[in-house]
Amino acid sequence: MADYKMHILVCGGTGCRASQSDKIVETFKTELEMHGLDDEVKVVATGCFGFCEKGPIVKIIPDNTFYVQAGVVDVKDIVEEHIIKGRPLKRLLYHDPATKSQVTDTAHIDFYKKQVRIALRNCGFINPENIEEYIARDGYAALGSVLEMKPSEATQMVKDSGLRGRGGGGFPTGLKWEITAKEKSDQKYVVCNADEGDPGAFMDRSILEGDPHSVIEAMAICGYCIGAGKGLVYIRAEYPLAINRLKIALNQAREFGLLGNDILGSGFDFDIDIRYGAGAFVCGEETALIHSMEGYRGEPTVKPPFPSVSGYLGKPTNVNNVETFANIPVIFNKGVEWFKSIGTENSRGTKVFALAGKVNNVGLIEVPMGITLREVIFDIGGGIRGGKKFKAVQTGGPSGGCLTEQHLDTPIDYDNLIAVGSMMGSGGMIVMDEDDCMVSIAKFYLEFTLDESCGKCTPCRIGNKRLHEILVKITSGNGIEEDIERLRVLGNVIKETSLCGLGQTSPNPVLSTLDNFYDEYLAHVNDKKCPAGQCKDLVHYEINANACTGCTLCFRNCPVGAISGEKKMPHYIDQSLCIKCGVCFEKCRFKAISIV
Amino acid sequence: MKIKTLADLKKIKAEVQEKIKLREQGENAGNIVQVKVAMATCGIASGAKETMSFIIEELDFRGIDAVVTQTGCMGYCYAEPTIEVTLPGKDPVVYGYVDREKARQIIDEYIVKGELVDGIIPVNYKTIDE
Repeated sequence: MADYKMHILVCGGTGCRASQSDKIVETFKTELEMHGLDDEVKVVATGCFGFCEKGPIVKIIPDNTFYVQAGVVDVKDIVEEHIIKGRPLKRLLYHDPATKSQVTDTAHIDFYKKQVRIALRNCGFINPENIEEYIARDGYAALGSVLEMKPSEATQMVKDSGLRGRGGGGFPTGLKWEITAKEKSDQKYVVCNADEGDPGAFMDRSILEGDPHSVIEAMAICGYCIGAGKGLVYIRAEYPLAINRLKIALNQAREFGLLGNDILGSGFDFDIDIRYGAGAFVCGEETALIHSMEGYRGEPTVKPPFPSVSGYLGKPTNVNNVETFANIPVIFNKGVEWFKSIGTENSRGTKVFALAGKVNNVGLIEVPMGITLREVIFDIGGGIRGGKKFKAVQTGGPSGGCLTEQHLDTPIDYDNLIAVGSMMGSGGMIVMDEDDCMVSIAKFYLEFTLDESCGKCTPCRIGNKRLHEILVKITSGNGIEEDIERLRVLGNVIKETSLCGLGQTSPNPVLSTLDNFYDEYLAHVNDKKCPAGQCKDLVHYEINANACTGCTLCFRNCPVGAISGEKKMPHYIDQSLCIKCGVCFEKCRFKAISIV
Repeated sequence: MKIKTLADLKKIKAEVQEKIKLREQGENAGNIVQVKVAMATCGIASGAKETMSFIIEELDFRGIDAVVTQTGCMGYCYAEPTIEVTLPGKDPVVYGYVDREKARQIIDEYIVKGELVDGIIPVNYKTIDE
């Protein structure tokens, strides 16, 4: 049996595979065999290191040497110098741009670990159904120390930390607590907004599933600060696992006396109930959420009065999002200064993003504010799937906007994203490539808001409907140039006159794609062409007779029998029968079919 | 068990930390393998439950002293099911795309022989303690 003394890890993430990391693995194996070392050193392909710009990455274990931009040509040297003689290869080490020194150990490459996990600190570490594991990792210690402070002192700490609401709006959390604390009332409420509705966003679900106690602890802290004895979690019924784990956690917290009467002997009473949402997007808006909890229709009302003054059952109510709460215990455990050291001047701390779409490493990430979109998409995300070209990224869900290549180096924080026409939102980040039609994307998001509009105010109910009709007209090839201007005018009117956040932001995908992809709209209306080849009414499929080998694969796969032709003879498509499903295009092995 | 004061909480924290340390390092130190299976919605949808029960049965069948627990989402949704394996005295290693076959390979090669296998997901984030 082989007794391996060393392991060579070679990154097999998509980014590194594109630069021949497969071949590097093979070359290592042959090189080791040649030196008779294949019994002592094992070569292992790994997943993405999240440092694709410096790929291919090679890491040697046990000494943890980290090589960047290692090519096939470097393999021989690594084996002969490092593996045999034990001398790290200086030219392949990472040069720290800050200190200008070479670093060998991954732990010291600050640059390399781009993610910092605060809100996700326990997700994937602890068993969420066991309160003891949470306590072992400083759980409820923050509540303990807060209960020994004055409520105003603790609120001040949250204020000083610079924490802003992670649900989308970015309102300063400490200020919200202070306003609610100042209201005089016999009862106040702490509400946790777990009505996560953006398409492609699942940050809150993961936190509740992986670390429910962090939210419970923070809600109790909030209750103490604002003088509330009752907490409510408004969670969508579509999250059964999150609900189940939250229930288990609530029961355990009660059992341990961390919820209930006289918590930790402080005289403070606090308990939490769960309220279920039926999955309406608008109920993520705080006034609509409160009406839904009261048993009324989930419709928003005009602010003021803000919930801080008159919320649930007319009492002062503090509403915060799941991720906002998950940050709170850390601010007390690690201190305000520590928290402030992460992020940017006006956006402190980190943000969790659900990275989705045409990106290789789809998943949940937590990055310090101020990181660029390029780092998120191309390093952590591992670049665009299938080696395609990056086109745009949608942040902020249906309320946000599309950002393009020119925004890739913009540091991500609340204010910068708004300045470039999008928003932070709750943290959905959907990446699009060259195959995506931006007019169709705008139409898709509008369809979503159209469905989710509660219908209470006219601009949102009727305006969005008209906006959608114009987009349908354009994508079906019936648009005229004036339509584009109408989209802009109507979009701005809806923004300015709608009652709540849903309507005020619903035209954003349209307006931002108009700003950034105006040419694509023009191509649709003037040339009746869809540059990305997505709008069925504007494209048709053609077989190039010179390239077609007559293999009959397209003929056999066409679901409507629109393709005909003899074996080994060029085939052709009957355009009157073709439904433009694209199956022939995908199946053809000779690139003989094109979208025109 | 009610925790009545902050001092109580600290005491319990120390106790559970001790308990977890004992579980991880054991009285028969150096023998217990720890496996965490990511069991959030994304993991379960990709078959994490099957992976977890297979690992429990297989380790039991082979008489390997191990603690298999569930945990939340590690963030690598593209590579679910994911598991984290900690061998005694070693750093934790995360593996992705762990179906039955992969789990069997990890047990055969990594847990039994200590050889790393293809498909490691490198840790690409800092924790709050770093």
